[in-house]
Amino acid sequence: MVAVKPHNFRQWGLIGLAAVFLLVMLVLPLILVASEALAKGWQVYLDALNEPFARKALFLTLEATVAAVLGNTVFGLASAWLLTKYDFRGKAFWSSLLDLPFAISPVVAGLLFVILFGRMSPIYPFLRAEHIAIIFAVPGIILATVFVTFPFITRELVPIMEAQGRSEEEAAATMGASGWTIFRRVTLPNIKWALIYGVILCTARALGEFGAVSVVSGHIRGKTNTLPLHIEILYNEYNFTAAFAVASILVILAVVILILRNLVEWRAKRGLRNGN
Amino acid sequence: MKSFSNKKVIPGYRFTCGITFFYLSLILLIPLAAFVLYTAGMGWEKFLAVVLDYRVFHAYYISLLTALAAAVINGVFGLLLAWVLVRYDFFGKRLLDGLIDLPFALPTAVAGIALTTLYAENGWLGQYLYALGIPSAFSPLGITLAMVFVGLPFVARSVQPVLRDLDPQVEEAAALLGAGDWLTFRRVIFPELVSPLLTGFSLSFARGVGEYGSVVFIAGNLPYETEIAPLLIMAKLEQFDYQAAAAIALVLLLLSFAILLVINGYQRYRVQKQGV
Amino acid sequence: MKARKWFGLAAGVLFTIGALTGCSGDTAADNGSAGKEFLNVSYDPTRELFAEFNEKFKEEWKKESGEDVTFSQSHGGSGKQARSVRDGLEADVVTLALAYDVDEIAQAGLIDKDWIKKFPDNSAPYTSTIVFLVRKGNPKNIHDWNDLVRDDVQIVTPNPKTSGGARWNYLAAWEYAKEHNNGDEAKIKDFLKVMFSHVVALDSGARGATTSFVQRGQGDVLIAWENEALLSVKDAPNDYEIVVPSISILAEPSVAVVDEVVERKGTRKLAEAYINFLYSKEGQEIAAKNFYRPRDKEVAAKYANVFLPLKLVTIDGAFGGWTKAQKEHFADGGTFDQIYEKK
Repeated sequence: MVAVKPHNFRQWGLIGLAAVFLLVMLVLPLILVASEALAKGWQVYLDALNEPFARKALFLTLEATVAAVLGNTVFGLASAWLLTKYDFRGKAFWSSLLDLPFAISPVVAGLLFVILFGRMSPIYPFLRAEHIAIIFAVPGIILATVFVTFPFITRELVPIMEAQGRSEEEAAATMGASGWTIFRRVTLPNIKWALIYGVILCTARALGEFGAVSVVSGHIRGKTNTLPLHIEILYNEYNFTAAFAVASILVILAVVILILRNLVEWRAKRGLRNGN
Repeated sequence: MKSFSNKKVIPGYRFTCGITFFYLSLILLIPLAAFVLYTAGMGWEKFLAVVLDYRVFHAYYISLLTALAAAVINGVFGLLLAWVLVRYDFFGKRLLDGLIDLPFALPTAVAGIALTTLYAENGWLGQYLYALGIPSAFSPLGITLAMVFVGLPFVARSVQPVLRDLDPQVEEAAALLGAGDWLTFRRVIFPELVSPLLTGFSLSFARGVGEYGSVVFIAGNLPYETEIAPLLIMAKLEQFDYQAAAAIALVLLLLSFAILLVINGYQRYRVQKQGV
Repeated sequence: MKARKWFGLAAGVLFTIGALTGCSGDTAADNGSAGKEFLNVSYDPTRELFAEFNEKFKEEWKKESGEDVTFSQSHGGSGKQARSVRDGLEADVVTLALAYDVDEIAQAGLIDKDWIKKFPDNSAPYTSTIVFLVRKGNPKNIHDWNDLVRDDVQIVTPNPKTSGGARWNYLAAWEYAKEHNNGDEAKIKDFLKVMFSHVVALDSGARGATTSFVQRGQGDVLIAWENEALLSVKDAPNDYEIVVPSISILAEPSVAVVDEVVERKGTRKLAEAYINFLYSKEGQEIAAKNFYRPRDKEVAAKYANVFLPLKLVTIDGAFGGWTKAQKEHFADGGTFDQIYEKK
């Protein structure tokens, strides 16, 4: 679809409405975060970010995010392929099941893993004997993050793959192409934007996840505190400014990802033009 | 999972099916089964007593209603955003586009605090709304606002890729045949967007129903007025009554699942009808 | 064609990061069994207290035993922290907001049932109480609990159902009403019913309530723990002042050694020394500096201008202990639910 320069009143109106909506619902809260973060000046802001616990929390958050995005990308591609390229019984059911993590309150999502791996679980004695720490340790945090983010990529891919139908893939298959070749040569070029969107949503959500991780983390400073949990702790000890300063890091991270996306988009476009 | 036809022309069915169900079992089904078994341990009588309590009932009502309102708002504005971003070129478009994902990256608690600060009686926006007699914080409206914020990216991001890939020739043909803009939109474009729109709507709705972190700050949490179901889950946990918490969570989950199932079923139905 | 190369590159980078961070994840998990680690699981506003205390104790313990110990802290809502310990968080000691939460861990078999008698003063080395925080100059003229039922007064307090600390607030109000109504339970409930009908926001935690009051300008009075009220006044001495009611409750944050964990890790001696150090002059001084009322008479005398005297009842004396209070007032169908019942 080619974008056009808006040229009449109605088109400008639509843009204006969208901009106002984003301004009120999104930009103002972000400005607020920024103004609170800098309320006591740059020095306090930088000090809050330089704290060793904040850095460790940032590292843990990145770790969980990368793990979640990797796993979910593989899963998202496989499940979207499954849901759109084949017919099988109970598709609506399985498809709804995929959305379920969105419907589960994050707190309950965390609770699921506590029930499964915690002291009340039948497998707990075994885990303890083998010194396997899942909840209140890094693996639990990764599991919780994966859980709350895993539908994103599938959800982004399914509508577009559905809209494109199967004819191209079927044609390729009849000509004897392998599944991997079909995916790489036929499907992927068609779905790459949806995939990128999905990965970005998944990354953003994984960075900010709070509720589920908070239940399985144990809140040990410097070990199992992710950035959002660190923010909560700062807030709870009446350190408003530092809490918002650390929150602004998450916003900046999200912005960095967006810049990366734009870069990829730009390179891809240029490549296309050169190819032509 | 048995197929009812031999139409699996495209290779990779076993492979994608394997990955999907392995991952799904590991992350979702096993924890969920443990959770349901755990809840079952409480017995019917207690289960019913917990979930049918009048106050709990009222909390479901508030949660579902506010989530529905938020999903509708997100549906309308999400479509608008996607449209504006795909169709028009204007200054600052990249920025607008990038902003949409930020609600995910911001930890829900930070979002809640920021929104409450904005919409409280002495807030930047709250002061005007309160002057107009609209209590924008500590009211169902406040809850809805928080849910709009956390669910904002869903609709826009589902619609965007589909809109982007829409074939411009169909529209041009419609225009050549003399159809006006509105008619073209309604008859040619909109039907293509129903599927992603419904996806986005249901995700935004489901997210709203389960949302806790951001809503508690702006809700005020007064019983029968602004008490949401996830808060009651927390209250039960705080009394160390895991089973009662699990019971409320389970009901909430089933309600959301039912809604997702209806929407997904309807989408399948549409796809099949189009296929014929 | 270019696009595909980018994809390959991105995937490769992601995979490498994943592999690297995966390794670091393993080492973090292994630390749990190392033995020279010590974890104090505490509740929210005690972080600065224990950050300072851990430093002091680390030196002390090094002198005494020659061991180097890494002290870790964990903070969160008191009830949530208790649940984490019960579900397997390996805490050597817990320092929580109320005895009920420690009891709950004891019931799971991790702590000896008689924990409260293991250390002096009900295993509560420092205390606090419930006071009112009002706006500077006290414009609504609030002096005692009966001012809170006046029609022109709006109240902010956290929800006792979700906040352990808020349960002390509720019980303090209950005690005042009991004293002024000769123990007539119907009248006490009426008093609380009116009082809670003036509550404009029932935040889920103490911090949220303070924010509603301080940042949002909600309400005329915040019912709060003394240490948190003192913190707010310290931050903004020109905006708020503290009002001490005629009667309040002695809040006793409990400490205990988690027996099951210290036995397994072999850290019992360390854990006991840690808690005993809280009762020492130095420990008491640190508590007082962080606005908790010290038990030690000398230290208390030094800080007498900070902690104003008032009539305090104890949970054991007035309510027969936490288990009973929890059941009567905060369990489902308890008095708190009753005052919120729809007519």
